Amino acid sequence: MAKSFDYTAYPYIRSPDQDASEPVHHPVVVAGGGMVGLAFAVDMAIKGVPVIVLDDNNQVSVGSRSICVAKRTLEIFDRLGIGDRCVEKGITWNTGKVLRGDKLLYGFDLLPEQGHKRPAFINLQQYYVETYLVERFAELGIGEARWLNKVTQVTPGDDHVALTVETPDGAYQLTCDWLIAADGVKSAVRHALDLPFVGETFHDHFLITDVVMQSDFPTERRFWFDPSFHKGGSALLHKQPDDVWRIDLQLGPQADREEEMKEENILPRLHAMLGVDAKFTIDWGSLYTFQCRRLERFRHDRVFFVGDSAHTVSPFGARGGNGGIQDIDNLAWKLAAVMAGEAGDTLLESYDAERVPAADENILNSTRATDFMAPKNATMALFREAVLDLAEEHAFARAFVNSGRLSVPCHLPDSPLNTPDSTAADGHKPGSPAVGAPVTVDGADGWLLDHLGSTFCLLRFGAPLAGVDLPQLCVGANLDDPEGLLASRYGGMPGLTYLLRPDQHIAACWIDPVPAEIEAGVQRAMGNH
Amino acid sequence: MFTTDPQLKRPDDVYQALIDAQQDLSAEDAERFRARLILLLASQVGDDDAVLAAIEAATTSLKEHAHD
Repeated sequence: MAKSFDYTAYPYIRSPDQDASEPVHHPVVVAGGGMVGLAFAVDMAIKGVPVIVLDDNNQVSVGSRSICVAKRTLEIFDRLGIGDRCVEKGITWNTGKVLRGDKLLYGFDLLPEQGHKRPAFINLQQYYVETYLVERFAELGIGEARWLNKVTQVTPGDDHVALTVETPDGAYQLTCDWLIAADGVKSAVRHALDLPFVGETFHDHFLITDVVMQSDFPTERRFWFDPSFHKGGSALLHKQPDDVWRIDLQLGPQADREEEMKEENILPRLHAMLGVDAKFTIDWGSLYTFQCRRLERFRHDRVFFVGDSAHTVSPFGARGGNGGIQDIDNLAWKLAAVMAGEAGDTLLESYDAERVPAADENILNSTRATDFMAPKNATMALFREAVLDLAEEHAFARAFVNSGRLSVPCHLPDSPLNTPDSTAADGHKPGSPAVGAPVTVDGADGWLLDHLGSTFCLLRFGAPLAGVDLPQLCVGANLDDPEGLLASRYGGMPGLTYLLRPDQHIAACWIDPVPAEIEAGVQRAMGNH
Repeated sequence: MFTTDPQLKRPDDVYQALIDAQQDLSAEDAERFRARLILLLASQVGDDDAVLAAIEAATTSLKEHAHD
């Protein structure tokens, strides 16, 4: 466990379900109370759907783990009600540097334009994010988290899923309509259903350590290829809250796990990097090899896989945690709509149609970064050396340098839920997540995404449309665009009207649509066409 | 736009320069040289599709003239 963090042990509370003579039925059960499972539970609670979260542990994340929280994730966290807490505690960063040896190759800025509520990234230990989600879930008061409840057996039925759950008081049975497997890369649910997790394992070992140290080192992401303090490997340095610094060191394929994890072997590596006189303490550490794998499908009838149980990537690019949060953003509204009888199975199928390509994009980027960092053969090594050599002198080669392509919002241009775009608007297209901008509503300064909420709505450049049973944000009517950024980002020609889904993705856009067109767009986005 | 029609005005000079640059290199350095040259030229072409088409053309040529 991280020493710098004060862990709360959440109480194991015996549930009346454990004393029932027959298995008690719940509409939705989440296996796994980590970041992704808890975020799903909070999203469902916001929609008024109670879920039971079963977690085999009784505390938040043991290590800092997924520390880079991307802008899109922060926007989802805003919708879930924990965005402010995350940003207040987190370390905001937009820029980074890539070095080769001790020489700067280039610097980058991930958010060069102004007028966004959230930065490109914050760094925040996963245990804080999970703590905020646990507290938010309790505050909403809909649903229940059961600690020290481990799902050990999963038996899918025609109209339900049966579960066996181990607790300190022994095992009990539950049934549910829908099971959400958020139980991580070693998913017990995935194993119980005997589903193949196909992909690639990388052979290089990476030593990941958090150290506590006072330092005025900048808050940027700093990545070295072959630094003088760690010849032959790569190194990454990143600041977290509480004076915690994340350090990744590539150790190569031959590393001896037991030896490398000894403090006497870690310390010299860290002193070489941070200075012989550097004062620090090791807060948490782990030795990893990385994998890029996924399930063929993320939905198996009544079981949905979200986050690492569905797909896993190497950490270069921060696409694991951020990918998982985008999964639940995609799934929660769909499941809630189906449970409310507003949509059918087609909408649930679209979870696969939308999130499998997203996972593939993350796996592709993560695989390429890992291959660049740890070339698998002579050709990869030859071209990598050429790129790094050229990049010292020539700007063009810096584009080939791959220290991780950092998580960006997933676009869904081929989603079956999109209404084809018939406008010539130079804005966003159906399938894209809504982009934020500063707005003024009732004289108060705010941000567009905070006004979109968690339901279908319209964003329109023009007067409100009559006969439409949806919330309408109408630029120039009930919403102002003080800096003109909405107009420039959305190609705001008069009459342009966007339909936004509950996960704030664009489902359709038209010029001055009639109510029947809008209704058709909503139905299509619900899979009812 | 990818084309395999003649483009260079002094093909003999360019060809000779390619050979000369590698003449005194070890096999290993020649390989390193060619990797750098490929990257420089790919960037110089400035057209992703043309570069991808060139890679395809090189692959095809290699297959057609495979050493038995």
